[in-house]
Amino acid sequence: MGTFVMPSLGADMAAGTLVEWLKQPGDTVEHGDIIAVVETDKGAIEVEVFEKGRIDELLVEAGSAVPVGTPLARIDGEANGVKPSATGPAKPKVGTEPVRATPPRPSALLVMKGQGPRASPAARQHAAERGIDLASLAGSGPDGAIQLVDVERAECIRSEPGLGSGPDLSAMRRAIAAAMARSKREIPHYYLSHRFDLSAALEWLERYNAERPPPERLLLGALQIKAVASALKEFPEFNGFYGEEGFSPFPAVHLGTAIAIRGGGLAAPCIRHTDTLTLSDLMESLRDLVARTRRGQFRSSEIADATATVSNLGERGVESLWPVIYPPQVAIVGFGSVMWRPWAVKDEPVVRPVITTTLAGDHRANNGHRGALLLRRIEQILSEPDKL
Amino acid sequence: MTYQEARSIVIEEIENIAPDVAPVAIGDTEDVREALDLDSMDIYNLIAALHKRLEIDIPDKDAAQFVTIGGAARWLDEYTARQ
Repeated sequence: MGTFVMPSLGADMAAGTLVEWLKQPGDTVEHGDIIAVVETDKGAIEVEVFEKGRIDELLVEAGSAVPVGTPLARIDGEANGVKPSATGPAKPKVGTEPVRATPPRPSALLVMKGQGPRASPAARQHAAERGIDLASLAGSGPDGAIQLVDVERAECIRSEPGLGSGPDLSAMRRAIAAAMARSKREIPHYYLSHRFDLSAALEWLERYNAERPPPERLLLGALQIKAVASALKEFPEFNGFYGEEGFSPFPAVHLGTAIAIRGGGLAAPCIRHTDTLTLSDLMESLRDLVARTRRGQFRSSEIADATATVSNLGERGVESLWPVIYPPQVAIVGFGSVMWRPWAVKDEPVVRPVITTTLAGDHRANNGHRGALLLRRIEQILSEPDKL
Repeated sequence: MTYQEARSIVIEEIENIAPDVAPVAIGDTEDVREALDLDSMDIYNLIAALHKRLEIDIPDKDAAQFVTIGGAARWLDEYTARQ
């Protein structure tokens, strides 16, 4: 008999709201199955189960906010012994708040650290169902908490077209705030910058794309991610996690990629075994990941497993960025926008597409000398794109 | 395909790719990356969607024309006129 508990989906997460059960008592589950949707500071996240068996009983009702570690379901590991499942809805056992509580009142759940926007569960559910961004609302409840009535009022006056449902940007903003504040508080960052000629990669990309139909083409971002992942493989002190015991390098590179979400959201889920993928597989994974992230459908493990991160400003950004490490990682690589600039080739000034790449490193785990070699290696990899 | 037909298709596909934006609210010559906050992945997806829906090849060198609704509609209009 196993117990499925509210997972910790990040160092700053103290609690989560069980939004939806995707499995019911009697269902069999395999390792890696999505069992529930949990709302955290990082938005709604699909949670996987790492056990094989049959769901015996659901211990927490959808809509409940519970601390990390709270048992959520009992899973019978003996899948052959079919036991009668609980009849009727599962009885909530722990720290629950009725979804349709009227009127919503402040409770300990609302002020728990890392709990997300100050909103009642009823307001939150109502807003989620109608695609209303809680961040856009003013709360009329105690301490400015958003109540059901606030959401209903917003619904009446909402006239903007095209507002779809997506990740909870207000919760996401809090997640960014918590993670970045912790990063700046705890991580002794150092920064390096390197500007180089990107002609070879861009010319290669142009030739590659010219021969292929639209769905098989690549974006520069895929080359950048592959180059960083390949370089990290050679610099293990930049790839892994910093914990109580200090730094632990991780054998595989699961590179997180910062994905901007219109309206101000940001998340950095990872692509697994990034360095081993072909460019076309990597592009496919990236397309899928961006699409899911913007719908708020990335998985818990995609955030928690990232071993390092890349942040790319894209084509409309500025020349360089000074990224902030996402703890417990120890490095983040940034790419500014490609800029056409005067460039010296031998003795002659020419105009070339140049890019500035930056590294923020955690000085507890690595140092600037090796960081410089890492950035030079990224340049070298991108200057020989046919080897990617 | 007329310019107006092409324009409607482009707007529809932008709405499919980015359900949270309102392409009908912007002008034909506005850069959708600025006006709607679309990025290179969105433009990539737009061209792939038009390729699939209309069963036409859109050369990568013409991709830059697809950053405005008018540019995309004109390209599609001229392409069908050539066929």
